[in-house]
Amino acid sequence: MSTQPIKVVLIDDEEEFSSTLAERLTLRGYETQTAASGEAGLDLVSNQPFDIAILDLLMPGMSGLDTLRQIKSLTPELPVVLLTGHGSTREGMEGMRLGAFDYLMKPLDINELTKKILSAVKN
Amino acid sequence: MINFKNSKIYTLLSSLYNPGNSSPEHYVVLRRLIITIMLIVTTLPMGTMIVINHFQYRNHLRNEITTPILTLANKTKHSFEILLEARLSTVRFIATAYTYEELNDSQNIKRILMFLKKEFGGFVDLGLIDSNGILNSYAGPYPLLGKNYSEQTSFQETLIKGKYISNVFLGHRKFPHIVVAVQHLTDEGKTWILRATIDTDKFDSLIQSMGLDPKSDAFLIDTQGVFQTNSKFYGKTLEQCPFDIPSQKFESHIYETVDPEGQEVVIASVGFNAANYTLVIVKPRSVVLQSWYALKTELFIVFLIGLFFIVIAIFKITNSLILRLKESDEKRENTLAELQHTQKLSSIGRLAAGVAHEINNPLAIINEKAGLMNDIMEFSADFSQSEKFRLLIASILKSVERCRKITHRLLGFAKRIEVQRESMDTNAVIKEVLGFLEREALYRKIDIRLNLMEPLNIIVSDRGQIQQVFLNLLTNAFDAVKNGGIINIKTENMDEGGIKIQVNDNGCGIPEDIIKHVFDPFFSTKKEKGTGLGLSISYGIIDRLGGSISVSSHVNQGTEFTIILPKISEHSPEEHNEHPTN
Repeated sequence: MSTQPIKVVLIDDEEEFSSTLAERLTLRGYETQTAASGEAGLDLVSNQPFDIAILDLLMPGMSGLDTLRQIKSLTPELPVVLLTGHGSTREGMEGMRLGAFDYLMKPLDINELTKKILSAVKN
Repeated sequence: MINFKNSKIYTLLSSLYNPGNSSPEHYVVLRRLIITIMLIVTTLPMGTMIVINHFQYRNHLRNEITTPILTLANKTKHSFEILLEARLSTVRFIATAYTYEELNDSQNIKRILMFLKKEFGGFVDLGLIDSNGILNSYAGPYPLLGKNYSEQTSFQETLIKGKYISNVFLGHRKFPHIVVAVQHLTDEGKTWILRATIDTDKFDSLIQSMGLDPKSDAFLIDTQGVFQTNSKFYGKTLEQCPFDIPSQKFESHIYETVDPEGQEVVIASVGFNAANYTLVIVKPRSVVLQSWYALKTELFIVFLIGLFFIVIAIFKITNSLILRLKESDEKRENTLAELQHTQKLSSIGRLAAGVAHEINNPLAIINEKAGLMNDIMEFSADFSQSEKFRLLIASILKSVERCRKITHRLLGFAKRIEVQRESMDTNAVIKEVLGFLEREALYRKIDIRLNLMEPLNIIVSDRGQIQQVFLNLLTNAFDAVKNGGIINIKTENMDEGGIKIQVNDNGCGIPEDIIKHVFDPFFSTKKEKGTGLGLSISYGIIDRLGGSISVSSHVNQGTEFTIILPKISEHSPEEHNEHPTN
């Protein structure tokens, strides 16, 4: 594993959530940036190199799945972990099919998230 | 105007087509209605046929029965006419064989009378009347010699018709007689009449020879209805006959009437050609139609037996019909109830999903904020009162976790979960589930008694789902029993490879008004401890797996859940799966 901090982009319209999560990840040594929409997220991803993207599936405007498609077309190598507050697993499965690494249900267990991040980055 | 909709018939008929009504009274009314309609439909045509046949057969049979009587009357009349004609011929032969002078000789005429009495019998006297009507020669017991007959009808009729047969009259000795007379014309144009009196003993013997039954009667009457012979029941010779009988010559009649004693009788009458007599046969109607009455009685008995069997058959068929209807109604109502239950689950499921999602997002924020607070304390060593904050944060996170469990269960309820089929030993699944609970059982001294059938049928079902159901049931049982309570788990094999699992406890039991709601979503008696989804989810799972779950309970005695699972669970291809990592 590289000594460089892992660069994480958090794309979620719930800024309260994403900023807090970003702070927690930062405390754990990750370099984190947040985006409040799919478009903003794409902007970040296309301009900066990230090790992993954490993407909420349900967002106003560009949906999580659309954002995922764009990310995968821009940077196919970037692993994406999806987040969903919804019970439906259909979108999660669809995301997996589109190339997402995994998906997690909200509210999150931070330890589970970091495990996923590490395993995604390793892969 | 009659309002049909308010009529009783409408009510009855509508009850036939009101399948939603399954009250016991409904079936009683329906049963009565079907029996009535079937009885009418079967017996009315049969009754009508019987009445029509009765009248047709009666008329036909009456003709068949009365014709022989008329035939007998005609035959007997014919015998009478032969007798009379024979007597006339005898007298005519004597008038031809002897000359006037020979007959005018008293010795000769007496000799001839003696001969007639000896050879033919019945002759009483013989007389010779000249063309002036004077009786010139006579042989017989009466002093008639010299009597003038010129004014008498018999003399005039004999001169016109050449012969004469009188009505019956009583002679001096009160014996009934008749007179026969013939006219004789000589070659010289001279005319005279030979007259004979004959007794009517032969008439009686002819009537006796008819061979009538003791209740029947036969007699002769003249054109005025006067008896010419004795009647057994209605009078003596020369009395008036009580019946008004048509007495035209050559005609025969048969008809029914009532005799002076009120008895119904059949009368056959036939008029003579050669004399003014009518032969009458009187038979009681009961005798004539005896065979018809016997037949009628037999027909009536057959009808009653037929009716008896029809009624029995109708009752049997109707009872069986009503029973089947009842069963079908019950089945339909159960299906309807299940459908309503499924619909209820489905709509509540959608609501649950929405609620869970809306709650999850703020819950995630609370979770992260509290997590961050915790992180800050973790990562900064000099934080004062860190222990107190850690406890507070742990409490927040515990509550978040509790909420998370609730929302995930809500989502689990809402989700359509794919049935993942695998061969499984249900006894092993039960033991696994008990593994989760053994600490609590130990702590609360709960006695778990296993009565697991070995070997239990291996079924193809969803192991994870079955585990969840057992966990739900056993959690409920744990909640229901007091410390030291008993929980029994029993498994057994069923027909066609299925299995039955019974979980019962000696806990508080479920009151009767609550037991019907235990499978409803969000129905809970555990207040803050339960979500009211456990049994509802269990019901949904077992239903999807093609099995059934039922409950019976007695307050303060305990509750028993019975699950029946088929050998191979059903599978719905449109159902979606759950995430493998979740």
